[in-house]
Amino acid sequence: MSDTASDIAPGARPAVAHGMRLQWEPAQEAHVLLYPEGMVKLNGSAGQIMSRCDGVRTVADIVADLESTYKQKGLSGDVIAFIALAVQRRWLEVRP
Amino acid sequence: MNPPAHVGHVLDAPGAARAGPPLGKTAHRIGPPLWLLLELTYRCPLHCVFCYNPTDFANTGPELTTADWIRVLREARALGAVQLGLSGGEPLARDDLEEIVGAARALGFYINLITSGVGLTEPRIKALKAAGLDHIQLSFQDSTREMNDFLSSTRTFELKSKVAQLIRAHDYPMVLNVVLHRLNIDHVGEILAMAEALGAQYVELANTQYYGWAWLNRDQLLPTRAQLQQAEAVTQRFRERVGTAMQIYFVVPDYFETRPKACMSGLGSVFLAIAPDGTAMPCHAARMLPGLELPNVQATDIGAIWYDSQAFNRFRGDAWMKEPCRSCPEKVKDFGGCRCQAYLLTGDADNADPVCDLSPHHGLVIEAVARAERAAAAPVAAPPRSVRAPGLTFRDHRVSIPVVIEEKRP
Repeated sequence: MSDTASDIAPGARPAVAHGMRLQWEPAQEAHVLLYPEGMVKLNGSAGQIMSRCDGVRTVADIVADLESTYKQKGLSGDVIAFIALAVQRRWLEVRP
Repeated sequence: MNPPAHVGHVLDAPGAARAGPPLGKTAHRIGPPLWLLLELTYRCPLHCVFCYNPTDFANTGPELTTADWIRVLREARALGAVQLGLSGGEPLARDDLEEIVGAARALGFYINLITSGVGLTEPRIKALKAAGLDHIQLSFQDSTREMNDFLSSTRTFELKSKVAQLIRAHDYPMVLNVVLHRLNIDHVGEILAMAEALGAQYVELANTQYYGWAWLNRDQLLPTRAQLQQAEAVTQRFRERVGTAMQIYFVVPDYFETRPKACMSGLGSVFLAIAPDGTAMPCHAARMLPGLELPNVQATDIGAIWYDSQAFNRFRGDAWMKEPCRSCPEKVKDFGGCRCQAYLLTGDADNADPVCDLSPHHGLVIEAVARAERAAAAPVAAPPRSVRAPGLTFRDHRVSIPVVIEEKRP
């Protein structure tokens, strides 16, 4: 896989990969990504990004939403870097 | 079946800040039983020589009822259990499997069915999908005979092929598990070709782990080092040919390692297994460990079992460890290895897993490998493609026998 941050277009629509499930786990106080016989516990920001990856919203929408929710600017680089990593690890699929 | 290799495989995302103590400020800083395995039944149409089920399984009590299993799910989920394995035996032998899956899904479990595929019909897979089953792992179980069937005729291939088609038609990833041992490891190339023909996306080539029935058959099943290296080379060439189309995990038998596996990430750390009769165990094979007072879900709730029972606290932390583990810097990584292996090989579950070359008992592992080499070199060895190899004990309720531990103290 050669997905790097530069391959993630602002208009791409990331979604949790087929066969995986993302859910909030109160016992772990974290978003957890579940897949066949394994799981990944996400940190706070990864959870916030990934829970917005619904295959409908674009990367630009997600950035805008996070910037307004957390009243911060310039999140685009970090968000795209995480999405690229998640695509590379097959946690997310990007739909054009 | 053999235990899944990725049991309780928990990773934190890179840079993830560790959450605080998971369950507040009580004395236990014990995390939740994230991985719950329900061995719904010991009934099984197959008779695998490497089955890890206890060899005296025919003497265990009656299976839990549907209502009992659903109560177990509710209690475990309340503690934070989230990955659910449904296995056995053959879990499809339970006609309430769909009901159990439905209850688990409603509670928020991610549900893995570990099956031989025997009994997986179109109506059942439809019902399981509707109930919310997340994933099916199709196992090649009775490899000695089954692999022969595959290599010599098309009967088994047709059955697996049909099941694989059903799995794909219902939009599940095709995950195939094949247990390797001396009698089939030379066929890894054919096994991978078969996996490709079945449309597998993930293939786990899991070398047998030596518990239960596999322990009885260890001298016949342990491969030689040359076989192992050849199989790894074949797997590597296959990987290079298929690229990312198929992900292949090759699980090396730990007898060939010099450091032990971090079995269950430490007993009582993330994994909770429930046997068909409701016995709760910190690992699939723990029933064999002496002095472990295994609680039963019919008498004790899951919270008390996980946090308070002797069985689940017995191997937490490192106070139980002996040297060389206790003062070893690697104890935080491998937790001393596998307790069952320590017990089976040395007669004392508190010893270091003798797979570790720092263990004073490591010679026992070397000896077992050497014995396998000699047995494989013996001219009388049956060719792998023939029917049953001499000396193998097939898992069968009629020959359900207790394992006798040989005292092997130095």
